[in-house]
Amino acid sequence: MTALRARAPHAGLALLIAVFAVFFVLPFAGLLERGIGGSGTWDAITSDTALDALVLSLWTSAVALLIAVVAGTPVAYWLTHARFPGKGAVEALIDLPIVLPPTIAGVALLTAFGRKGLLGAPLDDWFGLTLGFSTAAVIMAQLFVGAPFYVRAARAGFGSVDAQYERVAHTLGASRLRAFARIVLPLSWPSLAAGAALCWARALGELGATLIFAGNLQGETQTMPLAILSAFERADGLTAAVALAILLLAVALVALAAFWLLSTRGRGTP
Amino acid sequence: MSLRVAAAGALAVAALGLGACGDGEEPTETITVFAAASLTEAFGELAEAFEEEHPGVTVRLSFAGSATLRTQVLEGAPADVFASASPDEVAALDAAGLVVEERALATNTLVIATGQDGIETFEELTLPGLRLMLAAEDVPAGRYARESLALAGTDFAVRVLANVRSNEANVRATLAKVELGEADAAIVYASDLRLADAGIRAIAIPERFQVAAEYRIALLAESDAARAFVAFATSPQGMATLARHGFTAVGVTP
Repeated sequence: MTALRARAPHAGLALLIAVFAVFFVLPFAGLLERGIGGSGTWDAITSDTALDALVLSLWTSAVALLIAVVAGTPVAYWLTHARFPGKGAVEALIDLPIVLPPTIAGVALLTAFGRKGLLGAPLDDWFGLTLGFSTAAVIMAQLFVGAPFYVRAARAGFGSVDAQYERVAHTLGASRLRAFARIVLPLSWPSLAAGAALCWARALGELGATLIFAGNLQGETQTMPLAILSAFERADGLTAAVALAILLLAVALVALAAFWLLSTRGRGTP
Repeated sequence: MSLRVAAAGALAVAALGLGACGDGEEPTETITVFAAASLTEAFGELAEAFEEEHPGVTVRLSFAGSATLRTQVLEGAPADVFASASPDEVAALDAAGLVVEERALATNTLVIATGQDGIETFEELTLPGLRLMLAAEDVPAGRYARESLALAGTDFAVRVLANVRSNEANVRATLAKVELGEADAAIVYASDLRLADAGIRAIAIPERFQVAAEYRIALLAESDAARAFVAFATSPQGMATLARHGFTAVGVTP
């Protein structure tokens, strides 16, 4: 009886895990089932639309990641060590885009940087600079939704480094920058790489904010998610949409594997 | 004691209420109507009037670009009625054997929507640097707009298309970009401008370059309520509603 009782939850747990796994695996199986062997899959993958969208997606998301790392690293480091009133509010503000539905992020970007936006209107009036519906808008949308993931992970990474190490480095005469580069960076490397991967993946998959703030124009603002959405709307579009989705999935898998390698190889010891 | 009385009373009232529900032998049925984005207000009003005339029937409405709706239905979305801004989408469903019957619903004309300090004529669509937005090529409004431009000549069409800043998913999203000030101009349906901001002006497209948008309504399920809705939409009352929203009504049922 006792044995049975002990085992029963395990069977239930196993079932739960199996159902959960099927739930996540089945959609990918569905994509592959539709895509592989479907006539037109190869044509869709090698089409101009797909190539333009893939190239645009890759370079814009790379730029967004670069900006997130360059600007986000100091912010995360500062937030880890600074003590000031309202710090919690600042941290919450940085996390806000994570919980914001992407379409709302798009509307928010428009109200700030659009032609009638807070900053967008003077930029347009004084310099004739229009940000909305341009490639710059694509990168801005990706940065807005992706960067918080990097900053969050970097903060956690920096926070896990024992402050003692840094202090010892200072007493031994190392400059702050040198201490950061030689001690903090190697120790928090896995967190930074994981955060960068999340940030990049989120930027690559960005649809809602891009659709609203950057629009949909092949070669200029039509990223892969937008190309997939556009394909879905075509008369025989499902094949093309599925094909592009598989292509994007494959690229994302390769990139995530690279991030993973980066995070394990780059790990150091002080 | 008084509490008990109150509780008993409440129970009695609840029982009465339940009884009333059971006695009225009204059939309760829900029909799902998929309609083109441009029909949003007209069909909202139609559905309300239909529900009033057919107690017990609830109309669920889903609006999107006709192309999106077509793909959704092809993928098994449970629509009973499909109102499309173009015959092409209905034909696609018909080819898949999903259409029970279909008929003409209305027509719509194209106009240029522009802001207060925007362009003045159809020809000005070629102005270099003009920020133009169209519905995507695969969306009826976008298809009609490109047909209209082609009627004005290949060279003209190429110059106008060079000004396109975005291919939007449906005609309402296209118009919204003019309202937001992101687009200097957009080609939309005349009916869409009935509801646009006061700051939006309509520039007529010359008659010889006009392409009449042809709306069709299709019955997708063997349901009496759905059949009744199609009949209602194409009845004189339905036509009057569509006309009030800027459509040219055509499909009057005898």
